[in-house]
Amino acid sequence: MEEIWSGLLQAFELIITLDPEVVGITARSLYISLASVFLSSLIDIPLGAMIESREFWGKRGIISLIHTLYSLPTVTVGLLVYLILSRNGPLGSLEILYTPAGMILGQMILITPIMIGLTISALGEVSPQVKDTAKSLGASELQIMITTINEVRSAMLAAVLLGFGRALSEVGVAMMIGGNIRGYTRVLTTAISLETSMGNLELSMALGIILLSISLLVNLAMNRLQGR
Amino acid sequence: MSFLELEALGKAYGGVDVLQGISINLSRGEILGIIGPTGSGKTTLLRLVNLLEAPSSGSIRLDGIALNDLPEKEKLSARRRMAMVFQKPVMFKGSVQENVSYGLKIRGKKDQKIVRSALEAVNLSGYQSRDASSLSGGEIQRVALARALVLQPEILLLDEPTANLDPKSAAAIDSIIQSLAGQSTLVILATHNMLQCKRLASRVAVLMKGRMVAVGEPEEVFDLGQEQLDIAVPW
Ligand SMILES: Nc1ncnc2c1ncn2[C@@H]1O[C@H](COP(=O)(O)OP(=O)(O)OP(=O)(O)O)[C@@H](O)[C@H]1O
Ligand SMILES: [Mg+2]
Repeated sequence: MEEIWSGLLQAFELIITLDPEVVGITARSLYISLASVFLSSLIDIPLGAMIESREFWGKRGIISLIHTLYSLPTVTVGLLVYLILSRNGPLGSLEILYTPAGMILGQMILITPIMIGLTISALGEVSPQVKDTAKSLGASELQIMITTINEVRSAMLAAVLLGFGRALSEVGVAMMIGGNIRGYTRVLTTAISLETSMGNLELSMALGIILLSISLLVNLAMNRLQGR
Repeated sequence: MSFLELEALGKAYGGVDVLQGISINLSRGEILGIIGPTGSGKTTLLRLVNLLEAPSSGSIRLDGIALNDLPEKEKLSARRRMAMVFQKPVMFKGSVQENVSYGLKIRGKKDQKIVRSALEAVNLSGYQSRDASSLSGGEIQRVALARALVLQPEILLLDEPTANLDPKSAAAIDSIIQSLAGQSTLVILATHNMLQCKRLASRVAVLMKGRMVAVGEPEEVFDLGQEQLDIAVPW
């Protein structure tokens, strides 16, 4: 008990004094997860909108597959991306295994089902009359899509936040694709797991507190958005 | 060649015909009143003209060009020459200003003045910054009309534009419709209201179960034999 208390005090000291290691890891974590959620939004939101707005054979099957993939274990994604990025894999020539770029790619794949799925369900809430109105006022297909997304912008923002939260808090991809290289690919989750196993509890706790605070903030923002 | 030509237009939903053999030629400046009981196909006909729906048979020609064979891009430019006000209009999220200027914005045009004067025309001046979700039913209907008016469409499609309005607002809209026709807009007006039809329309088309059973000037159509009027009265 004694040990935990003094560890906790030291942890707060590390945070308050802006310990360079703590700040560096936090910044890297934020950068990688923000980049992956940003890039996957660019792809997944339009893709979700396209799936939602069109009728095609197998649409229902695809949607239920997407829902199943929500709970994709992060280590399976890690394994998959590892196979893709390893020297003999299809994208091996990119040489981004054990780099932040590789981690971003991995996290993008990890959150893609949630992002597409939540986009589809958010847009499903928009009444067909809204789309008809936009169309009859002269909107092109792309403009109709933008109008529809704008109608449910808080739900869309909540989806992006959820994707960010999942990317930030996952370990599988970060560990297997990033390799937890100090000062390069070490992020909050992988650092916590390593430092704990090495007995550096004050550093783990400091990082843990930061991760928890960010997650709380994200959840708070999401709840406020969903209340609207 | 007429400005707008509908030829043997038909529409079926799941094998059931809701419109059949609709043929009529229309010119600029006309006000066509479409009258008919509920379910007779008025809304469907307007949606076909607005290219929101593809006909099952027949053709729609604008300036002699068959619209339904056109690629999507040219359908869009044809659609941009028209505007439709729906029977139950919906507002986009945002202010009245954002709603009314929607069509201008997507055409890459900016015009505050025209938005203001359109709102004035429907007796809603000063409503620009109001949240559209706070409007009453009658106000929504008028904002929807203003949203179409700012586009200065060559064809204006109105589906029961005064159904939810008090007599004063309805009269204001009637006079807007009249003045548009004076500026050579083709107005197609679907309504249950025989009096409104008589007052405004230069021609009346009577729809019954998806068929056009009478077309002509209001006096001709409404002075049909008693037998025909009996069918016409129930709504
Ligand atoms: N998308 C659709 N699918 C199936 N049936 C439809 C569809 N749209 C319209 N119908 C049917 O077509 C017929 C004509 O409908 P429409 O809305 O054109 O009538 P209307 O004359 O506008 O009626 P009202 O005066 O009540 O507005 C109705 O029987 C309606 O149920
Ligand atoms: Mg109708």
